[in-house]
Amino acid sequence: MTTIELGNVSRWYGNVVAVNDISMTVGPGVTGLLGPNGAGKSTVLHMIAGFLEPSRGELTVAGMASWRNPEIFRTIGLVPERDSVYAFLTGAEFVTATARLHELADPGAAARRAIGIVEMAEAQDRKISTYSKGMRQRIKVAAALVHDPEVIVLDEPFNGMDPRQRLHMMDLLAGLGQQGRVILFSSHILEEVERLSGTIQVIVGGRLAASGDFRAIRRLMTSRPHVFLVRSSDDRLLGSALIGRPAVTGVELTPRGLQVRASDYGTFARELAGITRDQGIRLRELLPADESLESVFAYLIAS
Amino acid sequence: MAAAGRPGKRAGSPVSGVVNGVVLRLTLRATMGRKRALIFAIAPVILIGVSALLKLTAHSPVWPPEFLGVFGFTVVIPLTALIIGTSVIGAEIDDGSIVHLLATPVRRLSVILSKFTAAVILTAAFGAIPEYLAGAIATGPASKLAIGLFAGALAASVIYNALFVMLSVVTSRAIAVGLLYLLVWEGLLGNLVGGVRLLSVDQYALGISNSVAHNANLHAHLTLSTAIGMGIVVTCIALAFAARRLSSFSLKGDAV
Repeated sequence: MTTIELGNVSRWYGNVVAVNDISMTVGPGVTGLLGPNGAGKSTVLHMIAGFLEPSRGELTVAGMASWRNPEIFRTIGLVPERDSVYAFLTGAEFVTATARLHELADPGAAARRAIGIVEMAEAQDRKISTYSKGMRQRIKVAAALVHDPEVIVLDEPFNGMDPRQRLHMMDLLAGLGQQGRVILFSSHILEEVERLSGTIQVIVGGRLAASGDFRAIRRLMTSRPHVFLVRSSDDRLLGSALIGRPAVTGVELTPRGLQVRASDYGTFARELAGITRDQGIRLRELLPADESLESVFAYLIAS
Repeated sequence: MAAAGRPGKRAGSPVSGVVNGVVLRLTLRATMGRKRALIFAIAPVILIGVSALLKLTAHSPVWPPEFLGVFGFTVVIPLTALIIGTSVIGAEIDDGSIVHLLATPVRRLSVILSKFTAAVILTAAFGAIPEYLAGAIATGPASKLAIGLFAGALAASVIYNALFVMLSVVTSRAIAVGLLYLLVWEGLLGNLVGGVRLLSVDQYALGISNSVAHNANLHAHLTLSTAIGMGIVVTCIALAFAARRLSSFSLKGDAV
């Protein structure tokens, strides 16, 4: 079984510690590396892909060290975060050139297969410079897939994608994971990955803060206390009705509207709809008040 | 994993080869596609245009070695090599697209040699061949001076590009550092300090030219064997160092 193994890996730049003593094993299937910006996700991915030397610790991919070892790229396919590709090439030229660099027996066939997987056959003869963000991301995935690697590492693959492109990418990753490949991607937005199942590793401040099953984390996310700001045609009436419900733990009248604390996101949303309908109240605005990433991650780590 | 039956399993041979054809072709296309490529045309215009002008108007017989040898080898060829040599790999390192090339098993020495070969081809096309054509205009196509200048310019294309490809891997300010090196080391010290001649690419090129042309106005100070020997040593050291540094190519991690 192919795995990525990190044993007490640290990386520092001068006095700044970017990654602090992380140990983890990533096996077949989809694994998300999550954390706020600057948490150390890219540093970890770059070390795994052999583009950064660990300052300390053991790091192997399929049993091989990746630093200063170009042979590792027979096993790894890397989708870098930056969008820069050879934009003067067409998609097909770019993927075929990558296949040639891997010295595949039939670069044309390998490129067609990889482009087929990411569903870019229609646009493959257009120059990459004309591609949208999502298309560029997909052609980069095709290039990373072209040599049929066991391990695929993707740095922020959902960045800048619209919801439809994101769904497509998630399905693509899920499919690759089901084939038994090791898929490791990073993301700083938890909601981005809600459809994926598998494991996640949460990195905060350079340390591994939590790891576990996607579903468990998602449950924590949806059941964590939420604070909403609600504006309606009759805030006082709505507030009195809401406070009687078990999913609501606090209501406060403010000049800007009702501040509501809910213990359960899903139940609150359903009950709010019911109450407004029954009481004839018109909802004007419903805003989440504490959706900052840091608060979400802080909650996850505390649990 | 069921890999059997999928097309594109590798051919079995290790990725080797000294110069990688894919990298070479991609580099030529990328370099010629940049706006910077317009600058490449300046050297041929100056060399051929000014030579034609001097041929018509100048009365002194020393202008061909002075202009094409001294000026050509200290200014035109090195600057052409600087622009080309720093652009074949430096631009890709700057914009990060080099990662797509490096995330493959192609040996780093092979990447460097392919980039270097592309740079030499382009510098020969935009520097050495115009140098020969200018020499042919000045003293005739079969003249010893024209052939000598061509040989020297080719040697300069090779050695300078090895240095500038190395600089682009070592520093992101390769053009500035390269310019400083040309001005201070090749331009100033090479003329003032005798010992520097042994470490001056300009002198290697002039030495090689002079071994064919035998023209005192080239101001060549090195023998052919010294020039060739030193040129090979400098080229090999620069390329080996560049490959070594490229093997340690690192991506910046998170903003810290």
